[in-house]
Amino acid sequence: MSNTAAAGHTLAHGDNYINHTPGIKSWLGTLDHKRIGMMYLYTILCFFLLGGIFALMIRWQLFSPDSHFVDHDKYNRLFTYHGAIMVFMVIIPLIPAAIGNFVLPMMLGAKDVAFPRWNLASYYVYLTGALFAASTLFLKGVDTGWTFYTPLSIRTQSSATWVLIGAFIMGFSSILTGLNFIVTIHKLRAPGLTWDRLPLFVWALYATSIIQVLATPVLAITLFLLILERTIGIGIFDPKLGGDPVLFQHFFWFYSHPAVYIMVLPGMGVISEIIPVFSRKPMFGYKAIAGATFGIALVSFVVWGHHLFVSGQSEFANFVFSLITMFVAVPTGVKVFSWLGTMYKGSIRFNVPMLYVFSFLFVFTIGGLTGVFLATVSVDVHLTDTYFVIAHFHYVMVGGTIFAFLGGLNYWFPKFSGKMYNETAGKIACLLVSLGFNVTFFPQFILGTLGMPRRYANYLPQFTTLNMVSTVGSWMIAAGLLLTAFYLWRALKNGKPAGDNPWGALTLEWQTPSPPPMENFLYDPVVTDGPYEYRGEKIKLGMYA
Amino acid sequence: MSSSVSTQPGEHHHAHHFSSAIAEFEACKQGMWIFLVTEVLFFSGMFLAYAVLRVFYPDMVHEAHHMLDWRLGALNTVVLLTSSLTMALAVSSAQRGNKERTVKMLAITLLCAFMFLIVKYIEYKAKWEHGTLPGHLFINEHLKLEKTPLFFSVYFVMTGIHGLHVIIGIGIIFHIMRRAARGDFSKDYFTPVEITGLYWHFVDLVWIYLFPLLYLIS
Amino acid sequence: MRRLLLGMIITMFGIELNARAATLPVAATDVAASWDSLYWFLIWLSLVFFVGIVVAMIVFAVKYRKDVNKKPKYIHGHTGLEVVWTVIPTILVLIIFAWGWAVYRDMIHPPADAMEVHVIGKQWSWQFSYSNGNTSVRDLYVPLNKPVKLIMSSEDVIHSMFIPNFRVKQDVVPGMYSHVWFESKVPGIHQIFCTEYCGTDHSAMLGRVIVLTAEQWKEWWSGKKIDVDSLPSDPSFPGYRANFLGEGLPADAAQAQGLSLAEKGKKLYETRTCSACHSTDGSAKVGPTFKGLYGSDVKLIDGTTVKADDNYIHESIVMPAAKVVDGFGPVSAMPMGLVTSEDEINQLVEFIKSLK
Repeated sequence: MSNTAAAGHTLAHGDNYINHTPGIKSWLGTLDHKRIGMMYLYTILCFFLLGGIFALMIRWQLFSPDSHFVDHDKYNRLFTYHGAIMVFMVIIPLIPAAIGNFVLPMMLGAKDVAFPRWNLASYYVYLTGALFAASTLFLKGVDTGWTFYTPLSIRTQSSATWVLIGAFIMGFSSILTGLNFIVTIHKLRAPGLTWDRLPLFVWALYATSIIQVLATPVLAITLFLLILERTIGIGIFDPKLGGDPVLFQHFFWFYSHPAVYIMVLPGMGVISEIIPVFSRKPMFGYKAIAGATFGIALVSFVVWGHHLFVSGQSEFANFVFSLITMFVAVPTGVKVFSWLGTMYKGSIRFNVPMLYVFSFLFVFTIGGLTGVFLATVSVDVHLTDTYFVIAHFHYVMVGGTIFAFLGGLNYWFPKFSGKMYNETAGKIACLLVSLGFNVTFFPQFILGTLGMPRRYANYLPQFTTLNMVSTVGSWMIAAGLLLTAFYLWRALKNGKPAGDNPWGALTLEWQTPSPPPMENFLYDPVVTDGPYEYRGEKIKLGMYA
Repeated sequence: MSSSVSTQPGEHHHAHHFSSAIAEFEACKQGMWIFLVTEVLFFSGMFLAYAVLRVFYPDMVHEAHHMLDWRLGALNTVVLLTSSLTMALAVSSAQRGNKERTVKMLAITLLCAFMFLIVKYIEYKAKWEHGTLPGHLFINEHLKLEKTPLFFSVYFVMTGIHGLHVIIGIGIIFHIMRRAARGDFSKDYFTPVEITGLYWHFVDLVWIYLFPLLYLIS
Repeated sequence: MRRLLLGMIITMFGIELNARAATLPVAATDVAASWDSLYWFLIWLSLVFFVGIVVAMIVFAVKYRKDVNKKPKYIHGHTGLEVVWTVIPTILVLIIFAWGWAVYRDMIHPPADAMEVHVIGKQWSWQFSYSNGNTSVRDLYVPLNKPVKLIMSSEDVIHSMFIPNFRVKQDVVPGMYSHVWFESKVPGIHQIFCTEYCGTDHSAMLGRVIVLTAEQWKEWWSGKKIDVDSLPSDPSFPGYRANFLGEGLPADAAQAQGLSLAEKGKKLYETRTCSACHSTDGSAKVGPTFKGLYGSDVKLIDGTTVKADDNYIHESIVMPAAKVVDGFGPVSAMPMGLVTSEDEINQLVEFIKSLK
């Protein structure tokens, strides 16, 4: 294998994964990781739209303290759907299954993931589970909150069982993706792509996959037991039958806390890709960032108890979980400082992906710092289950994952489609989303410290002003996202050709035509250098950056 | 299209995105190991629920476990251990390219798996007759200690999911046996036999834990 | 320079005072005051980091923006720097943890002489029972400057008792007792929220702590009604309204019924045949005696020992087979089907407590 084209290639520049075989059937049955990634992307975006509509309805209800836009039962369904859809159907698969599926094998110089059939299966498993859960919208709905706390989730007359089955099924999709990625990273790296030359996005997906593989089965058994609890009353989580409702919380958060890192680590990986490319500098502290990624993944398994500080778990447990949780701050800080260090004395380009990085750093810092508040056990007592927590995890989940996703989408869009979008529109959208986000969620920190509890359909009148501001912010986010959808759609239809490597990136996925050919590369790539070694002429690469 | 796949007569066609048949074998094996890790964690949730139950209600668990027939449990342990042995023999014959012996060993493994299910059926039937069923279905009036249904909830969930694994295993082994009989495998290609073996050993291993925990409580 | 620094500190102090009033409820207990100190320490510390990071980001973005004449510096890292920004945050979070833990200890450990009130959470209201037999719904009456310990349980799903002015919160879980305590220094009304989502009317599961001066307390304790509207309103939550409550639930206190909690428990003990198996004079019958039970160490059939606290007695009433006392046979259920409500269990617990 060498840098020269292998014999037998018949691929012309122009035959690519999009037009290789025509027709919807060839997409639905495809084993190509790029097509599967795109199918994931479009499906997830549909659910993102649905979850977003629920969010707007929640904010509309909360525009005034005594709103009768929806009644209590409907409101409880709104926030349950918003949470369940956004967590299980959007944020968990968003970056790994959509962007990761497309980019990961290319970054490794591979032709596909290790198990293409399982990859396609994971998509259909996801779709089945998601449709199962979403079908309850036409039944009695679900009103348990996305956390399904027992015994409320056992007693409710709503269609909770179907949503549980849906989430259970989606778990297997997550496991399949994680398994596939781990083996792909181990076994399908191009010659010369040693572990210390892996792009940081690959490191992030690797850590994410390990969490997915280790934590998701525990969610599966938890949901399975809860389904049996609702159907035949096995009693393990039901205090009336001799079970322990707090045990459910331990089971649930043993998965769902690591799941937070399933959501945010890939986002951090995207940021780590974008910063060096648009700073034209090697990553500052590459090993520290890769190490911090694993540090966070490791710690994530032993901090679940910080969700239970006021649940009645023992004082000793609170001591241990609070102490360990503190250490999440350290590797997270290392990452933020290293990203800043990468910009230092760089040559910074202000393209749309980089603007999202600035937004990300701004909001993620707030999200991370407020995490320290909640890790401090006594401070958490006042703040938990108030809007402070809502604000905190939106700063991490939206500020972390969604902003990184939008950055990544704008970054890899030219690779996905071969087209370039209108950058001015992109910058306006980024500004709208970022501003709107802070207008929506910053007031919620103050609402929380003032004491406004979460999951309230109506609230005391002194919370009105801040809630109104928050609702106005939600419209700004919606406007920004709609604009994004619009300019990307226009680019797909008649965007200018982007060229193979518009940003001048050095990772392998940019060293092949856009959109990529069916098996990714025209020749078998060989790696001779790290992923961000900007020296000499490489700095001048890229016609858009 | 890549033409890195050069095929000679008798050689297995490995998937084109792997550089060689060995790379594919390694990847499949690693994938199976990772899958088994997820299985361990899946079962660990049930073992944890079991542990909580024993700590909460030691007397009830002790009384209720007498309803299980340890002789049948022991018989099933022997049956599954035998099947593990024949499975291992099937894999080693496949590695040596001995088609007849592979098929024979897989057949014995299948037989054992069916026997396990038959014994399990006899046990379940007894539970049905005694009304010692999980949760709300529990109707036995002789077991006096409160919360006894919890024990049978855990018993049925654990053995039920394990039984499901056995049934899935039967399906896979049957499929592999047919492929082996058709001559799909050779000295150079026996990946499916090997990873099926890994799976089957795991199913046995789970039973090795379930048996003492449920049947032999002192 | 010194004057500038002083001026800055004074300004910051002023900002903090204003911000405190705008972003936090009043601190009505000593615990709340120490909570606030920790909180503001965290705010200032976070501001230092946040401003540092954002300023660095902006300065770098402006100063090192793309310039064809300048070459970016080819560096891979700086070990010294990386060690510094690992070690300093580690030390800081350990300090935060220690401080946080110190406040938490004060928060959860009540003084021994705390007055006990039983709380039952149910969809969707709070019910309070006092040792003298007084009961109240939604409004919790407590004396000023006296420590109060709430012993809480739930009849249905998980609820959570949250009193923002006291900075305390504790889940109320079915099947067990949980505790929270406070000592209010501010008379008048303080808001209660339910903060664990509990179904349809979760957002209407509100209540008030009504802190009475010594004189008012005496009156209320002896059964007189207190005109709550004449008391100082909640400084942080003036918006509490009766019409905000769910319908059909009395907003006001139900009044005393003559018997104390323990006396009501005694009545249950006699009428529901508890006395057939449990003596009050120390003699063993079918079951262990109640005399001197509370607070004692109980030896169990499996050889372990447990302390007979509220939770133990609660559990032994509801699930007698869970912890069987050494020398007594396991019982599947108390032969009553009688004590069904959390309310009655509380009364029995208080009765057993009274048998010293």
